[in-house]
Amino acid sequence: MVNIKIDGIALQVEEGITILEAAKRANIKIPTLCFLKDINEIGACRMCVVEIKGARALQAACVYPVAEGLEVLTNSEKVRKARKVTLELILSNHDRSCLTCPRSENCELQTLSKELNIKEIRFPSLSDKAPMPIDDMSPSIVRNPNKCILCRRCVSMCKNVQTVSVIDTMERGFRTVVGCAFDKALVQTPCVACGQCIAVCPVGALTEKSAIDDVWAAIADPDKHVIFQTAPAVRVSIGEAFGMPIGSRPTGKMVTAIRMLGADKVFDTNTGADLTIMEEGTELLERIKNGGKLPMITSCSPGWIKFCEHNYPDFLDNLSSCKSPHQMLGAVLKTYYAQKMGIDPESIYVVSVMPCTAKKYESKRSEMKVNGLCDVDAVLTTRELSQMIKESGIDLPNLADSDFDNPLGNASGAGVIFGATGGVMEAALRTVADVLTGESAPADKIEYHAVRGVEGIKEATVNIAGKDIRVAVASGLGNARKLLDAIRAGEANYDFIEIMACPGGCVNGGGQIIQPSSIRSWTDLRAVRAAAAYQEDCDLPIRKSHDNPFVKALYDEYYGKPGSEKAHHELHTHYYKRDNY
Amino acid sequence: MSIGFVDTEEKHSKLLAIIEESKSKPGSLIHVLHEAQDIYGYLPIEVQKMISEGLDIPLAEIYGVVTFYAQFSLKPKGEYRISVCLGTACYVKGSDKLLDKLKEELHLEVGDCTADGKFSLEACRCIGACGLAPVFTINDDVYGRIGPDDVPGILAKYKD
Amino acid sequence: MKSLEELKAIKEKALGDIYVRNVKEATGNTDGKTTDGYRAHVMVCAGTGCTSSGSVTLIKEFERLIKKAGIENEVKIIKTGCFGLCAEGPIVVVYPEAAMYCQVKPEDVAEIVTEHLVNGKIVKRLLEGVEKVEDETVTEEDLEGSDFFKKQQRVALHNCGRINPENIEEYIAHDGYFALGKAVTAMTPDEVIDEVLKSGLRGRGGAGFPTGRKWAFAKSSVSDQKYVCCNADEGDPGAFMDRSVLEGDPHVVLEAMAIAGYAIGADQGYIYVRAEYPIAVQRLKIAIEQAEKYGVLGDNLFGTDFSFRVELRLGAGAFVCGEETALMTSIEGHRGEPRPRPPFPAVKGLFMKPTILNNVETYANIPQIILKGADWFTTMGTEKSRGTKVFAVGGKIKNTGLVEIPMGTTLREVVYDIGGGIPNGKKFKAAQTGGPSGGCIPASLIDTPIEYDTLIEIGSMMGSGGLIVMDEDTCMVDIAKFFLEFTVEESCGKCPPCRIGTKRMYDILEKITSGRGELSDIDDLYELADAIKNSALCGLGQTAPNPVLSTLRYFKDEYIAHVVDKKCPAGVCKAFMHYNIIEDKCIGCGKCARMCPADAIVRTEHIPDGHKLASMAINQAKCLKCGACMEGCKFNAIVKE
Repeated sequence: MVNIKIDGIALQVEEGITILEAAKRANIKIPTLCFLKDINEIGACRMCVVEIKGARALQAACVYPVAEGLEVLTNSEKVRKARKVTLELILSNHDRSCLTCPRSENCELQTLSKELNIKEIRFPSLSDKAPMPIDDMSPSIVRNPNKCILCRRCVSMCKNVQTVSVIDTMERGFRTVVGCAFDKALVQTPCVACGQCIAVCPVGALTEKSAIDDVWAAIADPDKHVIFQTAPAVRVSIGEAFGMPIGSRPTGKMVTAIRMLGADKVFDTNTGADLTIMEEGTELLERIKNGGKLPMITSCSPGWIKFCEHNYPDFLDNLSSCKSPHQMLGAVLKTYYAQKMGIDPESIYVVSVMPCTAKKYESKRSEMKVNGLCDVDAVLTTRELSQMIKESGIDLPNLADSDFDNPLGNASGAGVIFGATGGVMEAALRTVADVLTGESAPADKIEYHAVRGVEGIKEATVNIAGKDIRVAVASGLGNARKLLDAIRAGEANYDFIEIMACPGGCVNGGGQIIQPSSIRSWTDLRAVRAAAAYQEDCDLPIRKSHDNPFVKALYDEYYGKPGSEKAHHELHTHYYKRDNY
Repeated sequence: MSIGFVDTEEKHSKLLAIIEESKSKPGSLIHVLHEAQDIYGYLPIEVQKMISEGLDIPLAEIYGVVTFYAQFSLKPKGEYRISVCLGTACYVKGSDKLLDKLKEELHLEVGDCTADGKFSLEACRCIGACGLAPVFTINDDVYGRIGPDDVPGILAKYKD
Repeated sequence: MKSLEELKAIKEKALGDIYVRNVKEATGNTDGKTTDGYRAHVMVCAGTGCTSSGSVTLIKEFERLIKKAGIENEVKIIKTGCFGLCAEGPIVVVYPEAAMYCQVKPEDVAEIVTEHLVNGKIVKRLLEGVEKVEDETVTEEDLEGSDFFKKQQRVALHNCGRINPENIEEYIAHDGYFALGKAVTAMTPDEVIDEVLKSGLRGRGGAGFPTGRKWAFAKSSVSDQKYVCCNADEGDPGAFMDRSVLEGDPHVVLEAMAIAGYAIGADQGYIYVRAEYPIAVQRLKIAIEQAEKYGVLGDNLFGTDFSFRVELRLGAGAFVCGEETALMTSIEGHRGEPRPRPPFPAVKGLFMKPTILNNVETYANIPQIILKGADWFTTMGTEKSRGTKVFAVGGKIKNTGLVEIPMGTTLREVVYDIGGGIPNGKKFKAAQTGGPSGGCIPASLIDTPIEYDTLIEIGSMMGSGGLIVMDEDTCMVDIAKFFLEFTVEESCGKCPPCRIGTKRMYDILEKITSGRGELSDIDDLYELADAIKNSALCGLGQTAPNPVLSTLRYFKDEYIAHVVDKKCPAGVCKAFMHYNIIEDKCIGCGKCARMCPADAIVRTEHIPDGHKLASMAINQAKCLKCGACMEGCKFNAIVKE
């Protein structure tokens, strides 16, 4: 512990923590822009400068470690002036079309301008600069370099955390931009569309490609039977858009709201997840039994799939051939459900609400079709859904709860934990255990805590019916890379692996409600949102996928058994090696 | 494919050899880029992709490095590379006027190459021949202590 | 290299080989020839400056004519590094007389060969410092040369021009690698650091941080691996001191780095050198190869457990890489962007290991400090700035070139005594030091002694040693704009104060020099400069406003003239210039109108008295201010105002 003084307040803090963190303990919020704890700590934006006794120039609080006797002024005239000029300079070079920006009111730059009392931009650009082209070719991500403030949070995320590395800092000086090699569009690169760049962008330079207009048009079309399905992770984030605390779980209110938007039906993607477990669990058991390719790796995360196709084509045969849950559900809706309800499948319009931007791209893959029809017609992110609810004037927090529609209504708790890293693994183990033992494990035996938690890579050996199953769970593509490299090098060996593209899994997906650095740097969104998902699992009467009555009926009435030929035709897919550039 | 990019077996294997011997050295990217530019004259996507694969560094990062440093070029250079020194000593002695004259004579902007591939024009910062200021160079030839009026005569030597 | 004795043996042999070059000091040799049988050495400068002015052709010519004269076994041609007097290049020095010939042209070679080398008669008209030849007798004084050399004191440059930089033995002959030998065999690392501390040596690359303290910090860091780096990325436009040392005396850097490695406990060195310096790179490569061959780099130096190796890394054209953390990021193979400090390089530097970084000139002082002792070093310079400093003097000055002076020498001595004053009878206006991070020193402060702290007090800085002289034809607003343009171009782009702030300052200067300035612009310049200084990420950003601040401090009236009077007093800024035709002188020939690319010259109706044709006039609205009309007028009837 060291003794320091911040604005005259004496503090005792651990040696080596940053001034920023120490000041927070003294209830002083130092403004930041480029800082994102553990992800981007580069001291670049100079918004957090403070005066340090004995130092000539101002120093960046976000990276300056405290030491014994340090004296800091965070609010001197010199500091205020410097911050203000820096902010005005950033603003002078920023496309200030705030009124029409998707990030308006959730923009860190806008917030900062207000907090720092910016009233005019005294140093405007005196030379005309032609606007840079916007890259909206990707089905998932739109990049507007005119709004980019070069904080590099997206670069750190893409390069250091995800190791996808398709955006980087280019050129230098005033011409510096964040972009792709050779000015290519994102679709021309090995971008996996995970959208983590969007989740960390403080401004509106990175946004999802919106499907809102398409969805409104479908709702307005009287000939369309519009079905919404919502992914498990959506319910644990959407409340944040309406001022509810992080970790809230307004599942029933969300269903009510979607119905109010004009959806004909609202289903739970968790049912698709249960179906996935049936197919994937069966696939795993068969591979183990018949000496198939192991380890088998999950295929629910389209960002991960694309990453594998670009970077680890030698693992394509390890991937489970299962479509992801919402694609499976979409396929079921356009076949079994349409048949059962007597609806022309062509008039069914499936909207998936996902915590994910890669799902937008996934739904457009040519393999994701059944009988010539797209499994899913539109994908909305959690953010887009919240936008539609706001646009409709619906006061979500005060709505009454309602249930998902039948006949697909009641999913299992296994489905809901798909949203957190390790959840798919746990859900699969619950089913595989019952199959192998031929018994139904009691409630106190179905929680696999070894695969829970936010660590990037988790390993466990699970003994089921006298058989050891070696499993690993990775979330975040950088961790996936580490895991696969270890397997390639022969340093590790597993039977079953779960990989999610986003760190922490879908609860922290690229389509979730964006929290500013000032919050997400100090609150682990992954853990808090995951806790809500695990709570829902606990609260549900059915907690195993194979106990889901709808899934049972689906096999009885339509697919026969998991892994049947028909199931393969409609619920499975295949993968390609993809070139990089 | 970059317009006009021509690879040969010889160039290709030369670069591969350099990549191979540099792989194990930490931080060798800039060295490899220098060598690659020596071989090919510039660094088009084809060359950067080879380096990316060989050194296992993402293409975006390599492109970021290439565009950071003034010496690396994405465009082919002319047969005669003209470089005007805009260092302080030369500037004080009027090298900007030399540059203007060269632009006018060659109908070129800085960074570009004439359509016939003969001349390319660059500005540089101090080649250290301050004693001869103002100076410009054409490939390895240095022209110093001159004025704009000397430019047409000097260019004429290279024109055919 | 097993021992100092081994090194001494090499020295003895090498001294014999260069006998004709130091007859005065040498003893024992009576036949007047080197061991390998030469009676004369012709030293031709092969530094960048002289190479540019044609020394390569000279060397070929010497080779041809010496052979033709049949004396190729008696006279040896040696390529050297820079003598310093670049303005007078190419330079040739002939030993044993030590006759320095300057501005030697290929057609002069025959005369030097026949007269001097064959007939033994020095060619007086080509001697440096000899202005007029009244009689052919060459005196001692003629050989001493001009004040350019007399007022200098050469420490860092002491071998430049004296030795063949591509021959390690010549370096050893001048006590090369003896300091390293002494350090590793007879001193502890702490004693080495102590000697450097006591010498008061401060970093020659810019800010002037005490070198010994830097080393002590790095020594106290505990790590399995440490590095010694050399900053040879001399980026200040107009500065070429480091290049001259590398070209003229590359081994001094290697020796000093090894000493530093011994002091801090590092076994690996990196030299980061500009790729724009091909000759320096080539000589360094040769030097490293020879040093390894002679065992002064490598394992178990001088029979101790100390090992040290050096690797070259080339820059690729980025000024910012002169900043220490940026340089290390660049060696690591990335964009050369600075990192915030702390952690300081002495704790986490190159590849996140403890690292020291010094520049070339700093290192060039080290071996002599170790060999001759701190007490010797402190006899030169001033209390707070010990030793000497090398300056690259350029701009509007007669003797452009490289000078090394004791700290504390006044600017006046440098400009007038050593530099030979301003050409064409113009007046000294200012000197710029410190490059884009420095400032302009006005004529009123010409008697300021040159040392770290006085320069900072007057708003400039030592920098790496560029010294650009400006005369009355230089517009100080334009110069400020020139430097800002440089900074905008060379900013790494990482932090907004530098990336956007310098651009906005440049925009304002552009506005002022194009005649659209307002008084409030000057306030904005101050405000921006202040914020950038306080909040930019690295030293280069923080000092970027200096050229503007220092010109505002001493030449504010010029800014006011641009803004309020809409005039450029130096007549540089085009926007304020007008070309006018003096009616009385214009004979109405119309040539100017034909020369004008903008069709801006018209014939008036007025025929002045005594003229046959109506005079011409310039339509100012269309005039491009190119000056073509004035160049074309044979009657001096067109003036620039």
